[in-house]
Amino acid sequence: MVPYRKRRLQEQKMIKATINNVDIEVAEGTTILEAAKKLHLNIPTLCHHPDLTPEGSCGICVVEVEGFPTLKRACMTLLEQGWKVYTNTARVRNARKEIVELIFSNHDTDCLTCIKNGKCELQDLAATLGIRTFEYPKADKKKEIDTSSVAIIRDPNKCILCGRCIQVCSKIQTVNALTLSQRGYDTVITTVFGEGMGNSVCVNCGQCTVYCPVGALYEKSQVEEVWEALNNPDKHVVVQEAPAIRATLGEEFDLEPGSLVAGKMHAALRRLKFDAVFDTNFTADLTIMEEGTEVVERIKAGKNLPVITSCSPGWIKFMETFYPHLMANVSTAKSPQQMFGPLSKTYYAELKGISKEKIVSVSIMPCTAKKFEAQRPEMKASGYQDVDFVLTTRELARMLREAGIDLKEMPDEPADDPLGEYTGAATIFGATGGVMEAALRSAYFLVTGRELENIDILPVRGMAGIKEAEVDVDGLKLKVAVAHGLGNARKLLDKVSDQLAKEGKSEYHFIEIMACPGGCVGGGGQPWGSDMARRARRGETLYEEDKSLPFRRSHENPSIKAIYEKYLGHPYSDKSHHLLHTHYYKRSPLDGKVLLEE
Amino acid sequence: MSREAILKKFEPSLDNILYILHELQDNNTQHYISKEDLKACAEYLNLPYSYVHGVATFYTMFSLKPRGQHIIRLCDSPPCHLMGSASLLDYLKKKLNIEIGETTTDSVFTLELSSCLGVCGVAPAMMINDEMFGNLTPEKVDAILEERRKSR
Repeated sequence: MVPYRKRRLQEQKMIKATINNVDIEVAEGTTILEAAKKLHLNIPTLCHHPDLTPEGSCGICVVEVEGFPTLKRACMTLLEQGWKVYTNTARVRNARKEIVELIFSNHDTDCLTCIKNGKCELQDLAATLGIRTFEYPKADKKKEIDTSSVAIIRDPNKCILCGRCIQVCSKIQTVNALTLSQRGYDTVITTVFGEGMGNSVCVNCGQCTVYCPVGALYEKSQVEEVWEALNNPDKHVVVQEAPAIRATLGEEFDLEPGSLVAGKMHAALRRLKFDAVFDTNFTADLTIMEEGTEVVERIKAGKNLPVITSCSPGWIKFMETFYPHLMANVSTAKSPQQMFGPLSKTYYAELKGISKEKIVSVSIMPCTAKKFEAQRPEMKASGYQDVDFVLTTRELARMLREAGIDLKEMPDEPADDPLGEYTGAATIFGATGGVMEAALRSAYFLVTGRELENIDILPVRGMAGIKEAEVDVDGLKLKVAVAHGLGNARKLLDKVSDQLAKEGKSEYHFIEIMACPGGCVGGGGQPWGSDMARRARRGETLYEEDKSLPFRRSHENPSIKAIYEKYLGHPYSDKSHHLLHTHYYKRSPLDGKVLLEE
Repeated sequence: MSREAILKKFEPSLDNILYILHELQDNNTQHYISKEDLKACAEYLNLPYSYVHGVATFYTMFSLKPRGQHIIRLCDSPPCHLMGSASLLDYLKKKLNIEIGETTTDSVFTLELSSCLGVCGVAPAMMINDEMFGNLTPEKVDAILEERRKSR
């Protein structure tokens, strides 16, 4: 038998076999699971995920192959010429049930109070296999829940040791916060010395929460805090929603993936009784003004190139931990969330005549790392914590359901002024390449004083891991690159580091990095079930909204012009610097803690 | 030997991770791999800290906790079991007043279990550090431990 890791699909030699006595012809290198799918036969799986390499850790997908004494795992066994495969014999069904029953013996089956209730792959599997009793006694020992991180909770009592979180953390994100420890019955998934995710190199990207099939990894919720603020008559609660939320929130309410719900989202938030419903897209436009100006200034001065974007807080902690030598290259512009925070407590508070301590600034983010970002000690430009509470898309959906608000039935409403108006350039921030495209649309104007004519910069769109483009700005060939997913970022940045070390400069002028595959539409706080195909679909939705908007360049946004006229002066002004720019810290590559300067 | 000198003995290649961990552990007077050892190994081999931690916890010959001067590894395989290793284990626990994986308060003995030591002909058997003892009885165990305690 050929092992899975040696599989080659490109040779396209066809083989013939039968599955449940039905003839099938597939390319050599096809797994039994894939072949069965072609016959519309669903073999149940648990540890398997379409984005990951099968590890066969759970054994649910076992099938019988004639002539072999043991059952085979369909996810990682390549079909061979002449094999007779049976997916539904009594032996197979019993083996699957036995496996699930054994998992139950070592799993907290308190489904009713579990965050994954109704969305759990183990629960679905138990239903599919018709399991009606707990056959084995429960393991008695309760393991400690890891609450050390401000963003992510890990409950080892729910963990089924499938290893998906480890694979995404080490292979896709190359962060390596999670690891297997011990062996046999004692095996646990943990951080180094079990010190907890908050004391590890974890960058809070939350991809582990997206890939976990059960309720072992999930965001640290702030829903209760937000309810409390909303019910407090002394507080003025404002809300911002990240660009990517409008392309994903619908999934939580049974809409097709990729449904655009911007207007419905604003309406729903108003019905939750937020005092003002703004939009992070407004500060995304503002980010472009600040970051775009910084890019132009640095290119003119030839200083600290390439400029690297700073919107993604997972990427920022990753940079601080693993690439501190590139710190001076990262834009000092805060992320849109953190630009919104201080403006809600200064600009807006002053316009409205509300004192800042009364304002509670809430953000709805596709992201778990945004929770960490909001709580960074330096994020207090307004004199208070700039963003008080961060809710993921999933948490907002839970609040809406609890409040009895059906997003599907909402009318389309705009966001409130003065922090709600946005352009197409802002909305594409939520997809990989979007920040780059938005920045180029405005940088061209900032350099030449003329508008870029073809503003659809297609080479930076799409799901390729690393994308490059060259844009002619009045004779200057601006070379840009985009990477999403930290593994891809690592590849690109190793190349850049190498160029900087050897030649003193890099071929790139400007680089966009997003921690999560697909950008924010694939964020760690997005509705469960984000595979790569769904991330791509959500991204397309944002490009469609971009096309439909009256303004598609950040500098054209009337509210942006107004805030510079009335309040900030000009991009990169002293006031901007104070409110909208930040700095970074070197962190230990062993435990992610801030290292004090020597 | 200093930690750095131990590391320098080996090429910085993943193939050497077990050798390095063994030497670091042997070099430690308390017979364990300290946090600093793990960090140094991760840095030297350019591997994630979590990966090295995973390796060190997978192999039972490594310990991340300080251990006693003498490490007792009682064989836990079926032939020794049949020849009475279970009652010997009870005897050792009681005599040393510790559980499996623990160290006596005077830091002389650590009690561990081992898979087959390969000397089934003289079962039940145990190892103390690098030395093998077979055909064990409680009396024989008493004598061995007494002699070890004196030789510290």
